[in-house]
Amino acid sequence: MEKPVNRARLVKAPEHFISQELIADINANGLDESRRGFLRKGFMSAVGGAAAGLVAPMAFAAGDGDPAILEKQEWQTTLGKNVATMPYGVPSIYEANLIRRESPGLTRVSASSVAFTPLQGLFGTITPNGLHFERHHQGWYNLNPETHRLMVNGMVKNARVFTMNDLMRLPSVSRTHFIECGANTGLEWGNVAVPTVQYTHGMLSCCEFTGVPLKVLLEECGADLKKGKFLLAEGGDGSGMTRTINLESCLDDTIVAWSMNGEMLRPENGFPLRLVVPGVQGVSWVKWLRRLEVGDMPWNTKDEAVHYIELMPDGMHRQYASIQECKSVITTPSGGQQLLDKGFYNVSGMAWSGRGKIKRVDVSFDGGNNWRTARLETPVLTKSITRFNIDWVWDGSPAILQSRAVDDTGYIQPSIKVLRDVRGNRSIYHNNAIQSWKLDSNGEVSNVQVG
Amino acid sequence: MYKLDKLIARFVIAFLAALSAQLACAQNTQGSVKFPGVGRNATPAEEMAWDIDVRPDFKGLPKGSGSVEQGQAIWESKCASCHGVFGESNEIFTPIAGGTTADDVKTGRVASLGDRKQPQRTTLMKVPTVSTLWDYIYRAMPWNAPRSLTPDDTYALVAFILSLGEIVPDDFVLSNTNIADVQKKMPNRNGMTRNHGFWSVNGKPDVNGSSCMTNCVKFVQIGSTLPDFARDAHGNIAEQNRLYGPYRGSDSTKPPLDKLPGSTGEGLAHAADTHVATTKGPAALFKSENCSACHAPNAKLVGPSIADIAAKYKGQGGAQERLMAKVKNGGSGVWGAIPMPPQSQLSDEDRATLVHWVLTGQ
Repeated sequence: MEKPVNRARLVKAPEHFISQELIADINANGLDESRRGFLRKGFMSAVGGAAAGLVAPMAFAAGDGDPAILEKQEWQTTLGKNVATMPYGVPSIYEANLIRRESPGLTRVSASSVAFTPLQGLFGTITPNGLHFERHHQGWYNLNPETHRLMVNGMVKNARVFTMNDLMRLPSVSRTHFIECGANTGLEWGNVAVPTVQYTHGMLSCCEFTGVPLKVLLEECGADLKKGKFLLAEGGDGSGMTRTINLESCLDDTIVAWSMNGEMLRPENGFPLRLVVPGVQGVSWVKWLRRLEVGDMPWNTKDEAVHYIELMPDGMHRQYASIQECKSVITTPSGGQQLLDKGFYNVSGMAWSGRGKIKRVDVSFDGGNNWRTARLETPVLTKSITRFNIDWVWDGSPAILQSRAVDDTGYIQPSIKVLRDVRGNRSIYHNNAIQSWKLDSNGEVSNVQVG
Repeated sequence: MYKLDKLIARFVIAFLAALSAQLACAQNTQGSVKFPGVGRNATPAEEMAWDIDVRPDFKGLPKGSGSVEQGQAIWESKCASCHGVFGESNEIFTPIAGGTTADDVKTGRVASLGDRKQPQRTTLMKVPTVSTLWDYIYRAMPWNAPRSLTPDDTYALVAFILSLGEIVPDDFVLSNTNIADVQKKMPNRNGMTRNHGFWSVNGKPDVNGSSCMTNCVKFVQIGSTLPDFARDAHGNIAEQNRLYGPYRGSDSTKPPLDKLPGSTGEGLAHAADTHVATTKGPAALFKSENCSACHAPNAKLVGPSIADIAAKYKGQGGAQERLMAKVKNGGSGVWGAIPMPPQSQLSDEDRATLVHWVLTGQ
């Protein structure tokens, strides 16, 4: 016979093991030795699933061991979700904090604005497609690839029209390159302006792009590349974004691309077609590309005559400043981050150059007085992001972290002072200065400028 | 007999060759050298429809004309809501006019770019070529309805902008025949240089860093930090970092911690504290539909504040319907000279949600 259940006996719910006051106290202040004294194994077990975010990072109570090991977890004891529950996967719910973000107050209207890549949380060199930075001039659309056309005209034998079906039949290349907005870090020309690396350097991404080399397409149309030294790239969005491309400098590695990291371009990044101009500022990588015109002079379009020009101290504007010079930044740790404790850390960051490959990255922990050479992760590709790492044992005293990249032309990333001495502080574009992060003894990292 | 056969065969081959050439023509594949069957030639009409760019030598400029006066009328109805009646707005976009002088028109260099006496850099202070204004206005303006202006509208608007900068007189009529003369009066026509190393990948850099490795500086001086009041300006940084791993985000809603948290993470922001459910309510819609470009909660920007609108319509029957119609069709004269452009992109449902929110706060 089955033993009757004693229904009369009241079992105390696990959350009643501790008082409401202590729950509030732990929520507000976390767990420490004195608070932990109140906790029982049963409590840890009962709240383990629901309060994972609260309990999991804590050290375990002295005794038998870590509840994360001793107790069975929900995912060990129940049936998980089916395959294809999420047919196009999304990151873990625990990654929800790492998203593209706008800088409050930077622009009034979000259709003509920037959303920054969360560099502080990325690894390696490739930017996940959902996190690739956005910059639009008149809002984005989901263009219909069936009706999208690319026209090639100007100084060509035959002005020609290509559908996406046409283009994707052509011999393609896949190459990994960084794209950086010319205004990246521009907020910091005058002084420190934003707290984290997402906002100081987040108009930067790096992807594998696939498409047909521009040269193949131009030759196919019979382009006069002797007289036609310039290319107008035009977008299919409302702004009809137009940029002059320097064919002498960019013809060999420019790609008319439809793919980013193995999938089609995302709409925010120019689906179904964009120009990829390695080493050159992002505005020239025209999105929703619909027309390429070969010509014998620059066009002086709005975004190369009113914006994306550098104001020099004598009031002269540098026009067509296109190349993104050698630059690097430490991403972990970086501004706005908090270290838990002293001890060993892998300090890591990104380095890139619009003129070629990264040759070396040096890291300083004392504000630029002494430098050590970091490890470069392979592959080291041209006009691409290179990841660097360096070992560091933090003794708990204040420190200022900097990185300094050198490319294979021998160019060394300059300090902000060296840049300002030549270019003043009223420019917006092409700030490739050494970034300084100050680490305080409380473990908090903040954005500072040295010198 | 044999010869005749051969002759016929020859004719047939010639006929077939001609036919296939014609077919090729019909498919517009001529010109394809390496990749037959891929792409086709553009028709003249297609080229005309898309090739609208105007270069500094005015190649591509369509014939037409427009006066300052005509330009002013178009400006006030289609442009002023974003750019200000006198092109002075810095609320939404940077100012168009201001900062240039009659002297600049003579020298072709805008003095205020060098003397720092002008707080804002306006379009007319920067733009070296009038073709640039023409090209951009024609291709991309008005901002919410690009490609809706005629060439004559565009001439008129460019004339009006130039008159704001006193580059042309108030009674000027700009046309394709006199635009090159206007070009010679642009205040910053000599203010651009390509004499730098950033146009080409082989260009020469203007600065270079130091390769010093040890004892490089006498003392380290921090020249600039983020002020304390800006700690929270970008929201809670704890919510913008992983909640696990060695590098957490600082809880920027609170002052910095007194001491290192240690491995227990004491004092750190917790998931429960920082994760707020993101609801896509009317407030988010108000921002995503760019209503917030012109309307602030409590302050007058280009348009009236939300509070002012709510106060004006308080207790009025049919306010919801009347405002919904206004948002759809645009309006003018109620809150000042600047009209509200019609918001035809909004769905009826979104319009109802937004108006309800403006009127009731819910």
